[in-house]
Amino acid sequence: MIPLSHYLFVSAVLFAIGTTGVFLRRNLITILLSIEIMLNAVNLSFVAFGRQMGTVDGQIIVFFVMTVAAAEAAVGLAIVIGLFRHRESLNPDAFVSLKW
Amino acid sequence: MSETLIFYALSGLAIGASALVIGQRNPMYSVLMLIASFGALAGLYIQLDAPFVAVAQIIIYAGAIMVLFLFVVMLLNAPKEDGADWDQSHPLRLPAVTRLGSMLAVLLVVQLTWALTEASNIGGAVSGGHDGGTVSSVRQLGRTLFTDYVFAFEATSILILVAMVGAVMLARREGERS
Amino acid sequence: MHASSRVAREAPGLRGALTMDLRTLVQLGIIGLTFFMLINASAVLVLAERKIMGFMQQRFGPYLVGPHGMLQPLADIIKLLMKEELRPKGADKWLFTLAPILSVTAAFAAFATVPWGAETTLFGLLDEPVRLGVADVNVGVLVIFAITSMGVYGIVLAGWSSNSKYSLFGGLRASAQMISYELSYATALAAVILLSGSLSLREVVDSQAGTWFGVIPSWYVFLQPVGFIIYMIAGVAETNRAPFDFPEAEQELVAGYNTEYSSVRFALFPQAEYINMTTMSAVATDLYLGGWHGPFLPAEYGWIWFLLKVGAILFTYIWVRWTLPRYRYDQLMQFGWKWLFPAAVINLVVTAALVLYFNV
Repeated sequence: MIPLSHYLFVSAVLFAIGTTGVFLRRNLITILLSIEIMLNAVNLSFVAFGRQMGTVDGQIIVFFVMTVAAAEAAVGLAIVIGLFRHRESLNPDAFVSLKW
Repeated sequence: MSETLIFYALSGLAIGASALVIGQRNPMYSVLMLIASFGALAGLYIQLDAPFVAVAQIIIYAGAIMVLFLFVVMLLNAPKEDGADWDQSHPLRLPAVTRLGSMLAVLLVVQLTWALTEASNIGGAVSGGHDGGTVSSVRQLGRTLFTDYVFAFEATSILILVAMVGAVMLARREGERS
Repeated sequence: MHASSRVAREAPGLRGALTMDLRTLVQLGIIGLTFFMLINASAVLVLAERKIMGFMQQRFGPYLVGPHGMLQPLADIIKLLMKEELRPKGADKWLFTLAPILSVTAAFAAFATVPWGAETTLFGLLDEPVRLGVADVNVGVLVIFAITSMGVYGIVLAGWSSNSKYSLFGGLRASAQMISYELSYATALAAVILLSGSLSLREVVDSQAGTWFGVIPSWYVFLQPVGFIIYMIAGVAETNRAPFDFPEAEQELVAGYNTEYSSVRFALFPQAEYINMTTMSAVATDLYLGGWHGPFLPAEYGWIWFLLKVGAILFTYIWVRWTLPRYRYDQLMQFGWKWLFPAAVINLVVTAALVLYFNV
């Protein structure tokens, strides 16, 4: 039996990796991927907590997170495609102007 | 003990693959590494007696969302990330990076200490009281989802509808007839 | 069931140990047999496809190698193995090799949770019956669905890593097509799961045993005719077969995602395609056609029914391929999203309502 804290540790490390990616990478797609890592880290701790408490609530929250992640990916990627059409770049620093 | 071994292998794979997602510049490889990471997480979910979540993780994340990412990477023929050009045009970039880096380290430490202390409290209170058998039942999952969480479920469906319409509107070329 | 097996495992004595060993051996044998059948299914299907195509086009098909061209697959394999392995200059070294491996691995793995026969004691050889099939998972339907959805990566990566515009288009088309048709596919499956009330394929099959009025076998295909048709159409699109073979469409894209492949790497793609076809047919048999249940034969020989039904569906696949012309790509998307998916959703809603009405 793996103790809960082990899962939480993995979750925390994954979340930190995701956060680092959002701050350090300069590619819109990689930034979106980092957000997915963060969501997954949270999912892992939800499932681990749910297992510990003996309820299915944790797993159900995970489904909602997945749905939101799917919606986020669809809208986010649509925005990325739109931006790429304007600037031919995926670098977020290319989109600093408020108007074009 | 094999269970512990599997846990360490899977979590190591998940962390390593996630690190590689942000650790190199080719977006194609990033997407593939993230898929590997999701696969490892699905394995962890199976260990946590949540086979349905594990399968959903593969179907939804690895099978659908990541295909969408891959599609966009291929569609844009996304170039490798170029750092140098934009670094020079923004003198504030370098300090900001170091600032955020230290912030992240602090964040990680805070989160870890908090989580570990909280977890030990909960573990003392609940551990052993419930078995995993009830948790893994898909039937019970569905029952709870469609009774206690039915409002959230409906709200999510509206969210998806809005996201779909929004994505279609955003990705449509300007000047194209509706 | 579990309790009794545990008792048998803990029972002392030579006989208990012997039967346990025999049982493990039999189970390994079943796994090996499944693998062997799948590998050979692709060879048999290549020959069957060319023979049936020849018949439909009023010619003989392969006739030179062996009696009636029966050894043609062997000749094909030897030819493919002897070819030079080429890799385009700008290709991505690792992904170019990984892509076909991924394709064929996903194809094999998907069959792992498909049961193909009733529980059997092998004519009294074993004390307790074994199950014909590699693994029995309580969320088996979803596992198959998850693994088949991984299969698209082989094709997409092949398209991307080849560094060729035809291949890239093939990969792009594959990803869009698979996402679109997987939805209809899953929705059609969900209706069957509603009827049977189980996610385990074995339980779905066993809920189709028996007959209605003593005549009609109680298969879900009679309760779910629309769902079955949707499943078959989406299955054709999922396996990239004509009339939905857009990822390779040789007249438009040369050969799409496998333009740049040769030798063994190339051979793995058709093999994956034929194994995927077999898996699709086997799952259709389990879900809609009652699996190994059928008249005339005792339960011990149920796998004969299973093979016959799978063969019939495979023949339909080949028949469709050589009868219908390829769609246009925009027609494929229109059909998938505007007709097939709404039909699947309506089918699901009606099924749910009827299930609720008749047996709350």
